[in-house]
Amino acid sequence: MTTPGQTVGPFFGYSLPYAGGPDLVPRAHPAAVRLHGRVLDGAGAPVPDALLEIWQTAPDGTVVREPGSLLRDGYTFTGWGRCATDNAGAYSFTTLVPGGGFFAMTVFARGLLDRLFTRVYLPGTRSAFLESLPEDRRRTLVASASPGGFAFDVVLQGAGETVFLALT
Amino acid sequence: MTNPASQADISAEIAANTREGAPVLAYAPYRSTILRHPANALVRADPEELELHAPVFGDRDVDPLDADLTIQHRGEPIGERIEVTGRVVDGAGRPVAGQLVEVWQANAAGRYIHQRDQHPAPLDPHFTGAGRCLTGSDGSYRFITIKPGPYPWRNHLNAWRPAHVHFSLFGTEFTQRLVTQMYFPGDPLFPLDPIFQSITDPSVRERLIATYDHDVTRPEVSLGYRWDIVLSGSRRTWTEAA
Repeated sequence: MTTPGQTVGPFFGYSLPYAGGPDLVPRAHPAAVRLHGRVLDGAGAPVPDALLEIWQTAPDGTVVREPGSLLRDGYTFTGWGRCATDNAGAYSFTTLVPGGGFFAMTVFARGLLDRLFTRVYLPGTRSAFLESLPEDRRRTLVASASPGGFAFDVVLQGAGETVFLALT
Repeated sequence: MTNPASQADISAEIAANTREGAPVLAYAPYRSTILRHPANALVRADPEELELHAPVFGDRDVDPLDADLTIQHRGEPIGERIEVTGRVVDGAGRPVAGQLVEVWQANAAGRYIHQRDQHPAPLDPHFTGAGRCLTGSDGSYRFITIKPGPYPWRNHLNAWRPAHVHFSLFGTEFTQRLVTQMYFPGDPLFPLDPIFQSITDPSVRERLIATYDHDVTRPEVSLGYRWDIVLSGSRRTWTEAA
């Protein structure tokens, strides 16, 4: 009797995004890194009405159990953030390096009937799951090093389509 | 840009499209899916420890007044005042307590405050249409709002969405994340709407329709609707039972 999902639609912009959503730590934090990229459709066009959420471990690899993601106090790391894409389909999070080696990511967009789950692995991370994938698909889950952090594009369809997960 | 297909064209596609064997999330009657659905099947992965937990929200995150969408401005919004309540439970029927519920919706005239909504219906200066709450210890949530209007969109000629409230929910695990839409009983637009019909099993899509509940209705104040939400099963604390 599970309630089915439906598209987030085009009009979430005044509701779900919030001030501080993409900044899990202040940009001036000495250990701050950036996770950024674009969301692209099957024609390679940017998706300006997507919403991404990340959920991650702390730098020591532990799962964070702290409230306060919606009204950040500037000191408490909650491990969760939300960012809408801009008119160029771009997103950018400011955060800490996840000790667990990957960011769990949820993708929402107009035209996506239900949310998608994926993982953004840090470059060089060893993972049995990654190794189980063919090379051309594996690389869609690995971020590349970028000044100050990591770059990762979400490709919804077509060449370089991101691997999306059934976490069961 | 309006797609030139007629409602009859879309209705015929809805009737023909069972999604059997289709790539996940592919549903051409809803035109925006065409370039946005993954062509590959989802890849099964064992959840990591991280994914067996969900982010934590608390009193710091949500003001109790955020659950009343009718008091966010200096005056009363126009429209039919309603109360929407229900419970959030996991796949085993256990309440999801203390977790974040977010809602957003059009106003009584069917207009969203969003800039991209240029539908020529009036904005209501006393209504934003966004709310939040935390579920109670029994998984219950409650919003006071205005019944949203149906509104036109450009999927095809003369396309109208049935009235709905968008819901965003978290469970106790990352994998239970749910964004969906709640509908109102008896809407004549149901058979015509490719988003509602994209859930091709009638018994499944009917789970998105709230029930009118006179026990929730308040005398001389508001009409009451009840809508319970069942998140996918939770694995962290029960692994054997199917």
